[in-house]
Amino acid sequence: MSDDVTVKTEPWDPAETAEGAQETLPDAKSKVLRLPEGAVGDATQIDIERGDDDTMIINMGPQHPSTHGVLRLMLELDGEVVVRTKPIIGYLHTGMEKTAEELTYVQGATNVTRMDYLAPLHNELCFSLAVESLLGVELPPRAIWVRMLMAELDRLCSHLMWMATNGMDLGSTSMMIYGFREREMVLNFYEKTTGLRMNHNFIRPGGTAADLPDGWEDDITVICDTILARSYEYDELLTGQPIFRERTEGVGAITAAEALALSATGPILRSTGVPWDLRRTMPYLAYDQVEFDVIVGTYGDNFDRYSIRLNEIRESIRILRQVRDAMPSGDYRVQDRKVTPPPRGRIDESMEALIHHFKVFTEGFRVPEGEVYMTVESPRGELGCYLVSDGSSKPYRLHVRGPSFVNLQSLPHLLAGGLVADAVAVISSVDPVMGEVDR
Amino acid sequence: MSAPAVELIFAPRADYHDVVAAKRADGFELCSDVCAVDYLRHPGRPLPDGVDPERFEVVVNLLSLSARRRARVRVQVPESDPVVPTLFDLYPGTEAMEREVFDLMGIRFAGHPDLTRILMPEDWEGHPLRKDYGVGRVPVQFKEAPGPR
Repeated sequence: MSDDVTVKTEPWDPAETAEGAQETLPDAKSKVLRLPEGAVGDATQIDIERGDDDTMIINMGPQHPSTHGVLRLMLELDGEVVVRTKPIIGYLHTGMEKTAEELTYVQGATNVTRMDYLAPLHNELCFSLAVESLLGVELPPRAIWVRMLMAELDRLCSHLMWMATNGMDLGSTSMMIYGFREREMVLNFYEKTTGLRMNHNFIRPGGTAADLPDGWEDDITVICDTILARSYEYDELLTGQPIFRERTEGVGAITAAEALALSATGPILRSTGVPWDLRRTMPYLAYDQVEFDVIVGTYGDNFDRYSIRLNEIRESIRILRQVRDAMPSGDYRVQDRKVTPPPRGRIDESMEALIHHFKVFTEGFRVPEGEVYMTVESPRGELGCYLVSDGSSKPYRLHVRGPSFVNLQSLPHLLAGGLVADAVAVISSVDPVMGEVDR
Repeated sequence: MSAPAVELIFAPRADYHDVVAAKRADGFELCSDVCAVDYLRHPGRPLPDGVDPERFEVVVNLLSLSARRRARVRVQVPESDPVVPTLFDLYPGTEAMEREVFDLMGIRFAGHPDLTRILMPEDWEGHPLRKDYGVGRVPVQFKEAPGPR
């Protein structure tokens, strides 16, 4: 992380720029109701009798570079208009829910972190909260705030990755490079804190694996200032750009009633104007103690989903700054030797510590009988974890409600009546992560 | 941290669809999750009086955005006849979730528009998340190979 980064904290001022800039300014178009481009050529509206031979079925994927992993779509096309779509998934299914039944609760976090590989810490968080709720342990304040810090960095990281891939799907390769560049800053911080860039196993039942590294406040300050300043560059690059707006406004529109019926959550639901964010509506950790705004859209189209994610980056930065200032001191995990292993130094001194260490890592800890459904707001929507314990040290049943898996159902609806050229943009705006879809 | 309060409903299989329909009319706009549990090796779980334990249990998690509440409906499904009515007509979003339950747990949903496998290959035999389905082993290729002379 270099210190010579010029930090621009104020939004871009159009008055400063040279002539010709007015072309890149947002125009009044956003004020009129947007219609999908494909509406003019909606196949269902055309009054021509047609048989089944008039439509063509093409396969997109599973090895298509723009389907964000091994997603396969069967598209039924009438000319250039998508009539029907069927997503075909399962190419990345590795039976992680079955595997979870064979792993102890200590090992479980390593398993779930591999599901949504772009927001691994949210998976760990959700699993850990579910286990802790059955255990009935109360976390020390620092553990809660460290988790919040990591969760918001995770959201930042995931949305930056989305900005990058979405930019690439729409032909803006600059955005791809910028998104990955900014994400790299966060990944470097992850590496410093958790030891890994992905699949951290950092948030564990009972707290976190380690404390934050020395000087973490400075790292967070640099990350926040740099990415906030650069988020205004994205505005210049994409938000006001006529080509980008033409390709996103009115494309893949969905209404609030449809999104609710299809169980869509996260940016898809919020883009329709429903202010549903679990951080605000059903607060977990200490989200009721920080200030942030829930970003909602109006039209439920690709552009709204884009602006929600871009503004959530800024809100995450706002939360990160508050967490940095309010971080309490103390333990980063519960001092219950039945749940968390003793520190390395104690093992040489105390026989009991050695026994606890051995027991936690071989047999694991026992979780009281019961069932719980725990949810967190992952960058993609409601991430749920349904955990059933039979009183042993392994989950009897672990079901993960992946937001991408459920959100993918809205894809056929978003694509219907649109142009096949927009399909790639719409897939991207749903933001499916196939590791989570297939689990 | 304890889980947020949830309304727990044990619905008989015959009334399952009606119970969920009543909850939907009661303001639960979103069906957040459908999953199933195989209680083959854990039959003695705590259940309220009047609910006979069966091998399978279908668990439906409902969410009310307006009241900020959750409800969980649990249905006992016998091994001999693992069929429950679909919720597709109430919540179209349950389509993929019910297909997943069918695929991995082998519970059929009567009235589902397209009850096919979703995660496993189409020609797969068995339902992997059942407790009597083996975890599987990867054969070690060279274990029996003769050692160096």
